[in-house]
Order: sequence, then C-alpha cells, then structure tokens
Amino acid sequence: MAVDRVERRSGREDADIFDLPTVRLRGRNVLALVLAPEFPMSDWFTAFDRQLDAAPGFFADRPIVADLRPALAEGGPQAIGLVLDTLALRDLKLIGVEGVEARHLAGTPWERLATRLHGRDTAVETPEGDAAAEPSAPAEPETPAQTSLLIDRPVRSGQSVVFAEGDVTIVGSVSSGAEVLAGGSIHVYGALRGRAIAGLRAGAGARIFCRKLEAELVGVDQLYRTAEHWGPGLHGRAVQVLCDRGSLRLSAFD
Amino acid sequence: MSTVMVVTSGKGGVGKTTSSASLGAALAQRGQSVVLVDFDVGLRNLDLVMGAERRVVFDLVNVIQGDAKLPQALIRDKRLENLSLLPASQTRDKDALTEEGVGKVIEELKERFDWVICDSPAGIEKGATLAMLYADLAVVVTNPEVSSVRDSDRIIGMLDSKTRRAEAGERIDKRLLLTRYDPARAARGEMMKVEDVLEILAVPLLGIVAESPDVLTASNMGAPVTIHNPASPASVAYMEAARRLMGEDVPMSQPAQRQQGLFSRLFGKKAAAA
Repeated sequence: MAVDRVERRSGREDADIFDLPTVRLRGRNVLALVLAPEFPMSDWFTAFDRQLDAAPGFFADRPIVADLRPALAEGGPQAIGLVLDTLALRDLKLIGVEGVEARHLAGTPWERLATRLHGRDTAVETPEGDAAAEPSAPAEPETPAQTSLLIDRPVRSGQSVVFAEGDVTIVGSVSSGAEVLAGGSIHVYGALRGRAIAGLRAGAGARIFCRKLEAELVGVDQLYRTAEHWGPGLHGRAVQVLCDRGSLRLSAFD
Repeated sequence: MSTVMVVTSGKGGVGKTTSSASLGAALAQRGQSVVLVDFDVGLRNLDLVMGAERRVVFDLVNVIQGDAKLPQALIRDKRLENLSLLPASQTRDKDALTEEGVGKVIEELKERFDWVICDSPAGIEKGATLAMLYADLAVVVTNPEVSSVRDSDRIIGMLDSKTRRAEAGERIDKRLLLTRYDPARAARGEMMKVEDVLEILAVPLLGIVAESPDVLTASNMGAPVTIHNPASPASVAYMEAARRLMGEDVPMSQPAQRQQGLFSRLFGKKAAAA
C-alpha cells in the first residue's frame, strides 16, 4: 500500500515537469547612457539641467547608468545616495551604477541597482543646445540603410563581427575563438570554426551556411547547438543550419 | 629601402627570440645590414641568445627616454660586423615604452640599417602591440600544435587591425615560420601537419624549421644557430627563409621525413628481432 502511494506520487511529479512550459530567453542590446556627476555637484547639475531643458526627449526612456567613481572619490560613501537621489528627481531611468560596490548601496533605497553591468563605452551624440533640432533630426533618412555586410578576409580568433542590420557574408574562414552575429543569415565561404549566431533580427527565418563545418557553436534565433550535439557525421562538410518547427536542424549539402 | 620586420607569435616559448636572432644573422651573412631590437622589456633574452649580455650599457628604454643616444646603445656583433643589437631593459616594465618614442627610434634605425627586426614579447599586451606597430612585414612564429596556432591566428588579426599600415588602409605582409616541427610525430598524427596549419592560418609559408638540439645548443653558447652550426638542418632552414625574405625564389623543402621514416623502420625491425 505504502509502496503504491510512493510510486503514484513520483509519477505525478514527473508529469508536472513535462507540463511546464519551456522558458525561452532572448538577448537584447540597448544603448544605456552613462552619467558621471562630478564635484562641485551644484555646478554639474546646473549644467546637466540646462542640457535636459535643451533636449527634453533625449533622456526619455533611455536606461541610465550612474558612474559614481568621481562622487565616491571626492565625497566618500555618503555622497553616493545623495547623487542618486538627485538624479532620480529628474525622472531618469536608473538601471545600474558603476565604480562602487554593492556594500556601498546596502541599506539605502538603491541597493537593488545592478553594480556589475557588463558592456563597453560607445560614442553617443550629445544633445545640442538647439531644442528645435531634436524633432527634425529623424525626419528624413540620409542614405538607405545597409542591409548586408561583406567581409573579404578571414575572421581571426578573438575578432567579433556583429551586424544586427542584416546578412553577413564572409569570403574566408571564421577561426576558432572568433564569432559572427548577424541580424539575418550568415554565409561563410570557407571553414566555420568559431561561433555563428544568425537571426538576431530576422528570427527563425534566418540560416547559417558554411562550406566546411568545424564550428564551436551555431545558433539561430534563440536556439543554439554546440559541436558535441551534432557529432562527427557533419564535421568538415558543407552544411546549412536552420530552424525547423521550433528546433535547430543541421543538414549537409553533399 | 629599409624594412621593419616584427617577429611575433602570441604564445610564449615557440621560438620568437631564437628565430629573430637566426633570421637576423642569416640576413647579415647574406650581406645585409641588420639590427635586432628586443621589445621584451623586463624579460629580455635576445642579448643572451646573441652572446652580448656582458656588453649591454644602454638599452631601448634609455634611448626612448633620452638618457642615451642611439649609437651608444647599439651593440655591434663580434662575428658579423653588419649585425647589431638594441637590447631591452631588464629593470623597467613595458609601460616605459611609448608609441612616439618607439616610432622615433625605429625611424632612426631605418636610416642606418636595411632590416630592423623587432623581437616581440609573448602576449597581446602593450609590448607586443608596440613591437608590431610600425612593421612593414610580420613573421608569425608558430609551432604545429593547436594552442600555438590559435594564438597566432589572434596575432594575425591584430596585425591586420592594430598596425600603422592597417590603420592607413594598407595590408601588412605576413609570413608563417613553422618551428619545432617534428616530421616523425606529424607522420604518426601526434602533431598538426603543415597543410593543416597553413589551411587554418591562411598565410604564406616562409619556412619550416625542424625540432633540433642544435638550436638549443647554439642559444646556450650565445650564438644564432646559423653562425654556430651552419651545417645544421635548422641553419639551412633559417638561411633559406632569409633568402626568401630577400625576394629569392627558394623551393620549400619539407624536413627530412623519409630519413626519419627509415630510422623508425630500422628501429622497428630491431625491436621485432629482439
């Protein structure tokens, strides 16, 4: 009797696991703006408010990272909360801080802010004083956007090709330790030895083509496979990678 | 016309310094005027391999910082009068080198020598990037093993993006020097084959130097192998590579695979008889 109950219970738990939906994760790159308030704070915030007034739309819905290195260096730990409060008064969407550790925020209303954001600095066009320039800027696109990228040399180990706007074509090989990320499909006229992830924008319709599959990882949309998943049968062959009814399929051309 | 040549690899211990010394000496033996510049500030070795460690007074860092004039720091080789050495500093670190300082020294060296050979430190940090920055030609030293090949691939990518030539939109000329090659092990499949390395790196081959005890012996005697033991297969390989650098068309000879095969067959028979 007791045995029977245990068995039935374990059976139901298994069923529960199968009933659960698959959780899918997708990555997204957004541009966060980094603000680094400096001493004297009153001057810095006065200048900042002037910029805000000049281009009110510029900071709307932009994630903000506060670089607190200067504040911590000159004002000590107690300055951190003050600076964050002052930034928040301006209705900025703070998502994280830099240059301070989690312990500096502990016990303040800010302790849930991320302290270890990854990423690197990129150039940002700062809003100019003329407020009228802001709405007129996106009125007419200057040149038609580039929708494909041709790379006429091998992609070497450690190099990363990211082209979210469309397809990437590589005339040459992609080395072990290199990666190619494309909004659309990826074509490699050579050996694919590194990583290739297609469909950042096009989604499941994107494909990866290569003359010789020796890849470490391939991915389309949110699905990916590492080399150990496809085994030696496809190794070294001309292959395409595509999404087929929710799973990734690799098929040889020859 | 002077050529600035960097000898680089990414990975350490593959034979950059030995190859710099041997190629430099081989070019000098062919009548070219050559200077070897050691960029491995803090871990210098080229002076030992050249047997000049007891003649170092001033070094690259002294010249860059203006403590010494270039002719004071140059050490002329005792065996070949058209071969000179600009040693690295052992007591400083790589931060003592600056882009402008290195550029000035290299300009000055180009006026005096046909070949300026920059012996790069291992790694991809400042020392290595400064050694390659002004190069016209790069010799990528690689061992036939996967880690060395991948590191060389990384370095080739940097040569194509982080040198003055690349920044100006030109291509830097790159050649592959395969060192410590063991034909017997390659034949048994324990080592990468020449074709495999060439296929991955896609860079023209400058030469294949077989693993040889002569190279280590020469280094320990403080002489490049081409001077110490010109008859050694390694010396022949370096001499041929130097002639290719000078633009001669020298057919590529694979290191003595047949001879090794014969040896292993003899040993194999012996073992079977015993």
